Amino acid sequence: MALRMARSMLAAARSLHATPVLAVPNPPWPWPRPRLVRAGVIRALRMGRTLLSERTFTHKHEWITTKTDTGTVGISNFAQESLGDVVYCSLPEVGTKLKKQDEFGALESVKAASKLYSPLSGEVTEINEALAEIPGLVNKSCYEDSWLTKMTLSDPSELDDLMSEEAYEKYVKSTEE
Amino acid sequence: MVASVRRLHQWRVMMQRAMGMMAPLGFRLQAVPSAPRRTLSCAQDVLRRTPLYDFHLAHGGKMVAFAGWSLPVQYRESHVDSHLHTRRHCSLFDVSHMLQTKILGCDRVKLMESLVVGDIAELRPNQGTLSLFTNEAGGILDDLIVTNTSEGHLYVVSNAGCWDKDLALMQDKVRELKNRGSDVGLEIVDNALLALQGPTAAQVLQAGVADDLRKLPFMTSAVMEVFGVSGCRVTRCGYTGEDGVEISVPAPGAVHLAMALLKNPEVKLAGLAARDSLRLEAGLCLYGSDIDEHTTPVEGSLGWTLGKRRRVAMDFPGAKVIVPQLKGEVQRRRVGLICEGAPMRAYNPILSTEGTKIGIVTSGCPSPCLKKNVAMGYVPFKYSQPGTQLLVEVRRKQQMAVVSKMPFVPTNYYTLK
Repeated sequence: MALRMARSMLAAARSLHATPVLAVPNPPWPWPRPRLVRAGVIRALRMGRTLLSERTFTHKHEWITTKTDTGTVGISNFAQESLGDVVYCSLPEVGTKLKKQDEFGALESVKAASKLYSPLSGEVTEINEALAEIPGLVNKSCYEDSWLTKMTLSDPSELDDLMSEEAYEKYVKSTEE
Repeated sequence: MVASVRRLHQWRVMMQRAMGMMAPLGFRLQAVPSAPRRTLSCAQDVLRRTPLYDFHLAHGGKMVAFAGWSLPVQYRESHVDSHLHTRRHCSLFDVSHMLQTKILGCDRVKLMESLVVGDIAELRPNQGTLSLFTNEAGGILDDLIVTNTSEGHLYVVSNAGCWDKDLALMQDKVRELKNRGSDVGLEIVDNALLALQGPTAAQVLQAGVADDLRKLPFMTSAVMEVFGVSGCRVTRCGYTGEDGVEISVPAPGAVHLAMALLKNPEVKLAGLAARDSLRLEAGLCLYGSDIDEHTTPVEGSLGWTLGKRRRVAMDFPGAKVIVPQLKGEVQRRRVGLICEGAPMRAYNPILSTEGTKIGIVTSGCPSPCLKKNVAMGYVPFKYSQPGTQLLVEVRRKQQMAVVSKMPFVPTNYYTLK
């Protein structure tokens, strides 16, 4: 029973992922996100790590999605708006080992540099080469095309410390007050 | 992202740290009469507001705290777009936060010369100059523009971050000279100050003034009616490297004037962010970052501000320290730097190619015009020649940089030649 349920949920998750209309949109949609998107987000079950997880957030405005012990890292819409036009991305080398909250790079706008902090512990396996040519992609597509790094996760339990999208939205609202 | 990313507060912290223009603790709001001031209702710092505060909000200005004032850092356009618009068309900046004063009386030049390094007596009617307040140790107390008006006073514009310091300096000197029988006085000019900067600034302004602006070259000033607002002082100067003016306008007319200028499609509003990247490209110092009380004019590569007569007379504060530096080598000099890769920022160490730390960056940013990174910093004299290869350490990584002449982007001051 549990297995049938798990399989059907997995199938649902896969079909959702393949349907771009329910993909998390990017700016210029203003914060908070329209209801359509929220309805489309599936909460990951804690039944193995084979499911594509929802996006979770750090207090320092990075996000991570995970799939089979691999994470994809980026920055939030709030962060890219605060930063302004990104003109340079300083990303780590592939193979860099990071502990949770280690500084792993920076995003530069004309007015300021903002450091990037690793949401989880692990090793960098890929960096987004497109950002070297088009750093401004971070502003246009912070949740899709301008992921920053991909990494293995050495301690997936660290995910429990991160915020859900909803919790992050509340957190951002509280900092703005 | 940095732990304290908050839309306005991050910029405030960065600006205050990098620009060093924090209002002195306990600055006296009541020291200066100004347009009716509404204080914020929350427990935050009490910020002064210019006559254009509501105007900025209505036009999408993102307000930040700067030197004790609430000012727009940018509007709806991006920083880069605003910067480039200024270089190609023109932008309107609210710079009312700066201190504007009149020095009055028959002995006004004597008073001014007792505080600054320049040949003030030699200024022609309505001519102005950049000058420096200095202290007895030869350090720069502030940079300012002094204009010898034909209305019987010197018109002085100095930095908002030095408001209390400069006012005390000038008022103390007025008192001292008065006690000795001199005829001097000081008045604060309680006007708004609008800067219109860019290649089309003069053409935009000409539509609203009767005076022929072709006869108002760089660093000259005149009083005129501007778009129906009388009693405006228009000075051909600015902080961007472009042609342009600063208009001292009576506060009640400030919004009308700003709206009139904005009607011209050439004009867009610009804030503190663009102001900083423009001045950096133009090689202009920011007091508190690139020059301060611990830098002499010669170290700051501002030896040209020292008046010819004053150098000989040695009759300005700190002359004994400063004048010998003109003849000999100084320990360090302010230079321009260019590099690719990660932008250089204030406090980045500068190293020789051997890897020895030799200096420090004082200001830096990616240049929207050059698409390279520009910066100012201090290095020992022997490394200060343009073309010298150096290293700058950015977040623990060393990058090649080269000493460069300034301005980084050619200036376009309107001179009669």
